[in-house]
Amino acid sequence: MYRIRFHGRGGQGMKTASRILGTAFFLEGYEVQDAPRYGAERRGAPIFAYVRADRALINERGIIRHPDLVIVADDSLVPVPAAGVLAGITDHTLMLINSAEKADLWKERLNHSGAILTLPVVADVTDRGELPYVGAACAGAAARLTGVITEVALEQAIKNELAELGTAVVDKNLHNALAAYRAMASHAGQVEEGGLVSAAGYQIPDWIDLPFDDARISAPTIHAAATSVMVKTGLWRTQRPVIDYAHCKGCWWVCSSYCPDGAINIVEAKPVIDYDHCKGCMICVAQCPPHAIAAVPEKQAQEEEARSVIGESP
Amino acid sequence: MKRILLTGNGAAAWGARLATVDYVPAFPITPQTEIIETLANWIDAGEMAGRLVTMESEHSMITAAGSAAATGVRVFSATSSQGLLYAMEMLYTVSGWRAPFVLVNVSRGLSAPITLEPDHNDILAARDSGCLQIHCASCQEVLDSTLMAYRLAEDERVRLPVIVNLDGFYLSFTREPVEIPDADAARQFVGSFDAENIRFRASTPESQAVAVLGGGPYSYFRYETHLAAMNGLAVYDEIAEEFSECFGRKHEAVEAYRTDDADYLFVMMGSFATKAREAVDRLREEGWAVGLVRPRLLRPLPAAHLQLLLANRKGVAVIDQNISMGMGGVLHSELASVLYGRNDAPPVLASFIGGLGGRDISTEEFFEMAEMVRQAADTGVTPPPRLLYTKTELREVRKLQVIAQVERQQLGETDD
Repeated sequence: MYRIRFHGRGGQGMKTASRILGTAFFLEGYEVQDAPRYGAERRGAPIFAYVRADRALINERGIIRHPDLVIVADDSLVPVPAAGVLAGITDHTLMLINSAEKADLWKERLNHSGAILTLPVVADVTDRGELPYVGAACAGAAARLTGVITEVALEQAIKNELAELGTAVVDKNLHNALAAYRAMASHAGQVEEGGLVSAAGYQIPDWIDLPFDDARISAPTIHAAATSVMVKTGLWRTQRPVIDYAHCKGCWWVCSSYCPDGAINIVEAKPVIDYDHCKGCMICVAQCPPHAIAAVPEKQAQEEEARSVIGESP
Repeated sequence: MKRILLTGNGAAAWGARLATVDYVPAFPITPQTEIIETLANWIDAGEMAGRLVTMESEHSMITAAGSAAATGVRVFSATSSQGLLYAMEMLYTVSGWRAPFVLVNVSRGLSAPITLEPDHNDILAARDSGCLQIHCASCQEVLDSTLMAYRLAEDERVRLPVIVNLDGFYLSFTREPVEIPDADAARQFVGSFDAENIRFRASTPESQAVAVLGGGPYSYFRYETHLAAMNGLAVYDEIAEEFSECFGRKHEAVEAYRTDDADYLFVMMGSFATKAREAVDRLREEGWAVGLVRPRLLRPLPAAHLQLLLANRKGVAVIDQNISMGMGGVLHSELASVLYGRNDAPPVLASFIGGLGGRDISTEEFFEMAEMVRQAADTGVTPPPRLLYTKTELREVRKLQVIAQVERQQLGETDD
């Protein structure tokens, strides 16, 4: 059985990627299970989706514990614990990371004994509108890595899954997916199907008897106020609003009122964006009367920040 | 007939479409909303006849469903978790009206604490409502059971609402290959709804749901509802047989998987039972005589089927994805009552609680449950009920509690 997991951010098309790959397997005659997994979050938050494919009926269900292939659409998720990118990976797991950086560097960083490949689609994606196409590219790459999905099946899967979005969107996705499919030609078939859990010599679960705790401990109560401040929702951001104070007119009530997250504070009559909690919805960019707020890709903004920190060091 | 990839929610919507429902009162809730969205899109695009109305709550939604069913139209609705509980007053009421319709429930654990992931405490809260219950383990079963549910609900020997249950995430958002029956064949199988004497018309007013004073008449009406529910057993068997003849898939009241020569059995409901199927296959490879018994029908409870399937086994592991506070697993209690006093009852009926709030059950945990039941059969001592919960999980909770304690100290409490 193939067990494949896609990791990305809400809006990057991970559910679509799993559906394209699932349908492609299905067209090749496989039994398939594909599903997204997310909580109460929104665009930009980490999500994952998975695909199981086998020649026989699939009885396994739920999240994949030990994947054969992990595809990371957004390399900024690797260090985010909540994203669970590295959960259950073994030396059997092939990792494909959408990253401009070299595979060797990732191997060293992650100390991963299995194989790592990179798919540098991200280098071209600075436009927010392009982000949803990353999913199709990931599906295309995954299809080739399995070695059992033809280009014809991949094309048909994309047409089936995206037909409702119109031919322009289908064509764009086909272009990206097929480019990724071809880019992985030298690694075709590198993913190996994982085995089944054997009932001989299995690892005994470390069950415990749950002790009684009194209600002061065991009631699901949050004791402190304003704890949501501690959740750095700024991690969900793919685009960063940046205020150009040379053009800001100080009509701060506009941007701060429209901000759905209360992430624009007023300091000395000027708006200041709280980047720990700004989710990058860009409503302020759209609303700013003098157009003094720019949308900068988060990755680029972080790189500029890093450079300025290094530049300022003695 | 075509075979496509479909989510459990999509399969439920297809069931409603193929049953040619007339009216869909709706209210959104995760993880069910995709069902009513799908139906709304079809109706909007003219691909499906019928009318969908969004209500202001699940309480109104079930009232509308029961009222519409009483006028003789075919009704479909869907909900989940807190929504089902909000509708609870009306679930009991509309079954008392003997208004037949089909409600899909997408199981999700109940608050508090709140969760989005599945367990069966929501659907089991409706256990005694007079609504019949069919529990599904695959997306195919969701579609097929929805069609079968209309036959069951509308049968003149039954005339009760039927709830088709599927697990959130594990089925609701998971695509699997599903055969979509031919529309004509499905229409022919479901037939038309002959409302007979319960037909309510504005021009010929009558009273539904009268008040009765005194226990005599009240008992009569309540027990008649019980008898109708019990009739559901034979009716379901007939429908399953006919469905099998029409579509080639047999959904018996109780699934029996590799049970013929089994000394040991897993018993559980819902989609997690396919995990047990997987464990059975792996254990069989190692020479174990083990099988799975899965009640599809929970109300009415197919007691005779269960007695037959559990008879003369050495040991049974009952895995409840629910918990009745102060008692334990609901299915375990029900099986114990079904088996009580029978000479052929298995000597070991062990209770396990697992999968609460979508907590996964690993294949290794199934192996270990089988091992515990085997040891219990050897020693004759049934182990106490066990929650499937690991040291690692408790350690994670303890970490969160440390944070909570720090918060308390910051708030100035010093007694911890």
